[in-house]
Amino acid sequence: MIRKLATSAALTLAASPALADAVSGAVQKQDTNWHAIIMFGAFVLLTLGITYWAASRTKSAAQFYTAGGGITGFQNGLAIAGDYMSAASFLGISGLVYLSGYDGLIYSVGWLVGWPIVTFLIAEPLRNLGKFTFADVASFRFDQTPVRILAACGTLVTVAFYLIAQMVGAGKLIQLLFGLQYWHAVVIVGILMIIYVTFGGMVATTWVQIIKACLLLGGATFMALMVLVKFGFSPEALFAKAVEVHPKHQAIMAPGTLISNPLSAISLGLALMFGTAGLPHILMRFFTVADAKAARKSVFYATGFIGYFYILTFIIGFGAIVLVSTNPQFLTDPAKGLAALKGGSNMAAIHLANAVGGDVFYGFISAVAFATILAVVSGLTLAGASAVSHDLYATVMKHGNANEQDEIRVSKITTVVLGLLAIVLGIVFENVNVAFMVGLAFSIAASCNFPVLLMSMMWGGMTTRGAVIGGFLGLISALIGVVLSPGVWEDVLGHAKGSAPFPYANPALFSMAIAFIGIWLFSKMDTSARAAQDKAGFEAQYVRSQTGIGASGASAH
Amino acid sequence: MTSLERVERNPKYAELVNARKSLGWTLSAIMLFIYMGFILLVAYDPKFLGTPMGNGVTTIGIPVGLFVIVSAFVLTGIYVSRANARFDQLTRQIVEESK
Repeated sequence: MIRKLATSAALTLAASPALADAVSGAVQKQDTNWHAIIMFGAFVLLTLGITYWAASRTKSAAQFYTAGGGITGFQNGLAIAGDYMSAASFLGISGLVYLSGYDGLIYSVGWLVGWPIVTFLIAEPLRNLGKFTFADVASFRFDQTPVRILAACGTLVTVAFYLIAQMVGAGKLIQLLFGLQYWHAVVIVGILMIIYVTFGGMVATTWVQIIKACLLLGGATFMALMVLVKFGFSPEALFAKAVEVHPKHQAIMAPGTLISNPLSAISLGLALMFGTAGLPHILMRFFTVADAKAARKSVFYATGFIGYFYILTFIIGFGAIVLVSTNPQFLTDPAKGLAALKGGSNMAAIHLANAVGGDVFYGFISAVAFATILAVVSGLTLAGASAVSHDLYATVMKHGNANEQDEIRVSKITTVVLGLLAIVLGIVFENVNVAFMVGLAFSIAASCNFPVLLMSMMWGGMTTRGAVIGGFLGLISALIGVVLSPGVWEDVLGHAKGSAPFPYANPALFSMAIAFIGIWLFSKMDTSARAAQDKAGFEAQYVRSQTGIGASGASAH
Repeated sequence: MTSLERVERNPKYAELVNARKSLGWTLSAIMLFIYMGFILLVAYDPKFLGTPMGNGVTTIGIPVGLFVIVSAFVLTGIYVSRANARFDQLTRQIVEESK
């Protein structure tokens, strides 16, 4: 058991905080948890009500894709934080802190530091240039067809891997928390997500995200406060007690085995930092606000919420060491202590909810975890559907002359298809360790979406050919790098330990370099007529990205 | 003269572009430096981060980790406050003058 937990922790570190990993393998179905089911039911009713209201306001493409640009900076900040604070990071990071203390903090820091970069380099020009998807920006002055196809591939691959990881995680988690069958959980998540997105579009998706972010932040704050109250608000007293009861003692207050290879650590760090700036469902959020100023503000709020949330998970993890690991009620075998946590280490926060707030609060936190997954998959699906309808259908197939209603219809059909596909893949991948998939999504976002987006906004010498070749090189090298890395080669494909051809946890350091160099090199070598046109278009694009002159504004409701 | 040319010839446009570029890239470099510094410290000198402060169990690593989290928020705040104060004002003037 200890070895299994250690492996799952190592995987979390290597690939992702996908909650999938710690609840991988056979999960014991629990007794039906009525408090959780009732509270989750209330959440579903509320959000379906919002979807019904949103449906009446989702007539135009602008409303469907971007809520008509009518979301305020503060609301969007909450929604971005909601997109990012997945059940994976809540349960995964608090579970990691529970197991190894300080290492959890190191890990969570990586997920935060991408946000300032988004603010400084991406948010404003993105808002000024784009309309519905980040491909609008990446293809702004280029030949539409190839660049849109590239961006749509980058979007769909990122969304697909992220979505599968979330679906599998959802199934396992809900089996554990609610006592439902695995496939019931996957089907419920898939169907609710289809309803939110097809009927309510971005308006409903955003409000589901905001409500969930408030519930999660509120619940986590309550738990952290209840922990701190027991120690007179003295972190030192909390840490001292944790060091006393944790089998690793003082070692939990120092970096452990998380980072042993500096190059591997830097590569993972880059993937987290710049992957954030290339996630399509996050980038899409910047078009839901009125202007560049609101876009900038929304990242500021989001950074604050996310940073605060990670500090809370750190306290929650330590609280679980003290209050959960010492209570036989939460352990499968009290003699084994901390490692024998019921349901695996990712259940640390959930058990803590029970320890500090009783059955009702336990039900509440379980329902919030479910709601969290639901909100994240909705955002992902909307981003994927937009890439198909707006980039592939309206721009590539119809050359920008698509009827608006047709475009929305394609988007809704795609949503249903993606939802059904997610259900099927969720069931197919039930017994596969999908932890690497979130890491893969981040590597591809960092190595394809981000370089193309950043260079197209900043570098006038970039050409269509450079964008397409560089972007695909980044995408393919990230994909190959992940498959050949220990996380997939050894742990998923079952090759011998130490046999992975690519020795680092994440390929981003190399695949990002390949993408940037590829874009630069093939743009420089490009002497076609199209290249001249691409370069000539930069001036006007740059003026618009800086000043917002000509940017698409908020549409009236 | 087109409005594009009017914008590009406006000295305020050059000021806006340069100010935003230098602030954005400087802050990005600081963030990258802080984070990579932290990761390298973890990789090469974990003992330093594991040194207890005073007589307690709290180690130097705790405030250092918190510092990285808080710095992300503070740097973003610095950018936003500068942008709100100066960039928006310049942008408004440039847009006005381009008409």
